[in-house]
Amino acid sequence: MRDRLPRLEARAEPSAAMRYASPLIAVALTLAGGLVVFAALGKDPVEGFRVFFLSPLKDAYGIAELLLKATPLMLIAVGLAVGFRANVWNIGAEGQFILGAVAGGGVALFFEGSTSPLLLPLMVVAGAIGGALWASIAAVLRTRFNASEILVSLMLVYIAQLFVSWLVHGPWKDPEGFNFPQTRMFHDAAMLPILFEGTRLNAAFLLALSALLVGYVFIYRSFPGFRMQVAGQSVAAARYAGFSAQRTIWTGLVAGGAMAGIAGMAEVSGPMGQLTEHVSSNYGFAAIIVAFVGRLNPVGIFFASLLMALLYLGGEQAQQYLNLPSSISKVFQGMLLSFLLGADVLVNYRVRWPRAGA
Amino acid sequence: MSALTASGTPRLELRGIRKVYPAIVANDGIDLIVAPGEIHAVLGENGAGKSTLMKVIYGVTPPTSGAMIWEGQAVTPANPAHARGLGIGMVFQHFSLFETLTVVENVAVALPRAPDLAHLARRIEQVSEKYGLPVDPRRLVHSLSVGERQRVEIIRCLLQNPKLLIMDEPTSVLTPQAVRKLFATLTSLSAEGCSILYISHKLDEIQELCHTATVLRAGRVTGNCIPAQETPQSMARMMIGRDLPVPRHGAPLAGGEVRLELAGLSHASDDPFGTDLKDIHLDVRGGEIVGIAGVSGNGQRELLLALSGEEPLAEKYPVQVLGTEAGRLPPGRRRRLGMGFVPEERLGRGAVPRMTLAENALLTAHRRNMVRKGLIDFTAVDAFARECIAKYDVKCSGPTALARSLSGGNLQKFIMGREILQRPRLLVVAQPTWGVDVGAAAFIRQSLIDLRDGGTAILVISEDLDELFEICDRIAVLANGRLSPAKRTADTSVEEVGVWMSGLWPGAAGNAGTTHAR
Repeated sequence: MRDRLPRLEARAEPSAAMRYASPLIAVALTLAGGLVVFAALGKDPVEGFRVFFLSPLKDAYGIAELLLKATPLMLIAVGLAVGFRANVWNIGAEGQFILGAVAGGGVALFFEGSTSPLLLPLMVVAGAIGGALWASIAAVLRTRFNASEILVSLMLVYIAQLFVSWLVHGPWKDPEGFNFPQTRMFHDAAMLPILFEGTRLNAAFLLALSALLVGYVFIYRSFPGFRMQVAGQSVAAARYAGFSAQRTIWTGLVAGGAMAGIAGMAEVSGPMGQLTEHVSSNYGFAAIIVAFVGRLNPVGIFFASLLMALLYLGGEQAQQYLNLPSSISKVFQGMLLSFLLGADVLVNYRVRWPRAGA
Repeated sequence: MSALTASGTPRLELRGIRKVYPAIVANDGIDLIVAPGEIHAVLGENGAGKSTLMKVIYGVTPPTSGAMIWEGQAVTPANPAHARGLGIGMVFQHFSLFETLTVVENVAVALPRAPDLAHLARRIEQVSEKYGLPVDPRRLVHSLSVGERQRVEIIRCLLQNPKLLIMDEPTSVLTPQAVRKLFATLTSLSAEGCSILYISHKLDEIQELCHTATVLRAGRVTGNCIPAQETPQSMARMMIGRDLPVPRHGAPLAGGEVRLELAGLSHASDDPFGTDLKDIHLDVRGGEIVGIAGVSGNGQRELLLALSGEEPLAEKYPVQVLGTEAGRLPPGRRRRLGMGFVPEERLGRGAVPRMTLAENALLTAHRRNMVRKGLIDFTAVDAFARECIAKYDVKCSGPTALARSLSGGNLQKFIMGREILQRPRLLVVAQPTWGVDVGAAAFIRQSLIDLRDGGTAILVISEDLDELFEICDRIAVLANGRLSPAKRTADTSVEEVGVWMSGLWPGAAGNAGTTHAR
């Protein structure tokens, strides 16, 4: 019986080229899958493809929107990659994003009316600290009690969502906001400067690019990055070499938390201009896919962020012009991740078909 | 020789067995004939294809091509149960017993139908008495010594009245005294007509026990011989293709400073089936090699973790490294004091499998100017790796070769070189040549002797008594978590160390060694 079914057999030497080609294959399959989905929904696949993937990029404003959406993804994914490479599984970047938005926004509200040029840097730092503190709850529970950081960081997302909801319904609610659950709009000094007139693209994009650069140096050139990589590949070897497992966990979680926090701060002091209970558009979860599609490599993350941002924009377009539900974006995200995981399995394993007559 | 000529039909005949794995040809056209009652040695170095061949016979893995003829009939065992049905039993090198079950329960789970346990226990007692394999069927396996566990495995095979018993490196875990008992058992089995395939690389054992031998090298048969008519040298030549190297010793040094002192080291194992360390005292001086003998499972793992700092202690004083009380220091701090460490597991502990040799050099040698302001100096890393590869004769494609692409012996040479090139003042080495081919083993032992001649203090923990007697100045024995006094190698013998391995040394505390090393 066992011999009638095809089996997976580990490849002796997985191809390095295919390892890098597998995200591209996944993208191609996602596009092809998209055509099928459009057809199944009764839409003209070619028209659907055009609306979803091409129309968002038809002008400079569209491209600026793409970069704007990619910014938080880049920031979060590069931070997560540092931890993921060391097998530190921070799944709660969404919650850290929210706490960063709360902390950064809190500074903006506290110093309301200030025109100091130090206000924005202070907000960035506050955002980073907010996200990092939220992530360090998972780090403490993991290092002290060996509680899985996957579950703890994920559950903290829901606490963060309820916390921000309480803030904007309660103490931080704009008194002149017609009872809407949102804070006051931030003043100009608390808003990130726009890079190109007529677009919404702001300075956070430059912050994200520098984060990718710093991430690259940390991962590939620095000794602490090497220690993290050893810890990710072999716990016993890291212990033998004397690399602290606790430091690995802390570094991984704090890096992801701080970056997610900065992304959250950049969202409220950028496109939103205030804190609301819908501060995140699932960036924290989408960034996990981005990190893996980008092979946990900052260069790959740059391109994967652009792709994921396109899926966000395409989803909006599809709602507007094709009358498709907003969940279409998540369908594409899901296809991308599934195809990537599938392609990765085939990079590492070959399918062994049963021999004829056996 | 009577066994060979006694009857016409061989018990087992292999014709042109070939087994191809994705990356390697493990067996390439192997022919082998075993007569009833014959003890047939399969001799070869690590990686020669011995274990693969046995797996083919025992039905664990099918051959790619070739024929197996069992008592005149062509068969291909589909799985081990099929092989057992034919009358083939196998005792593996690594035992497959459940720690939390009793002996009789462990035997019962291997049987096709659920047996009556009381009846089975009586049969176990009968078999164990008949073949001199004393073991209590009601005891829990985790309380048994390694030798006793092996007896359980053998009894489990014998209950099925096998016509062929396969023994895979059976003596690698036994004390010299236990080896004698095992040989007596095997000889009496053979006299009753049971054939035995005896896998080993220990030439003296094969010479003593086996009627015939088939020698494998790199998956092919390189010789057939009658061991009684050969010398260990001539069999070694068939096995490795050249003469066995002999190590050069320098004169023993005297009066070196104490570089490692264990002052009453006691530590509870973190493993529920591990061995607690009990009041261990030892000193190792510069310019000497001290060996710790003993069968694995008597506290070796725990002692190594305590020495390296991978499992720091609660107290400072029990481990003193170069004059510093280091019991609570983590591994990195101990290395800074001048200590080097070579662990037993090479892949996954001593080296990261999917990293290059250069990166694996960085793993412990990073203090040698390889890191500046937190950034890695890749030129320095590469130079160190190249030096290590050249000086320690590591066969590989270069510093960018992945650790896991190297053979066990080559990787061990690299790890040994990496630690020695850091000029340690104290080096702790576990199982330096375990699973390493003979040529690499000789090279590694010579490296240790040269390092000692340069004044380094070396502690070697090994199961291989021949190795310890070859390279050590003093030998102590670890049994049941206690350490014997260290005796000068010249003043002791394999027999004495064998007795000590049972925990019975002069002044040994009470009933030490009752469970673990009988």
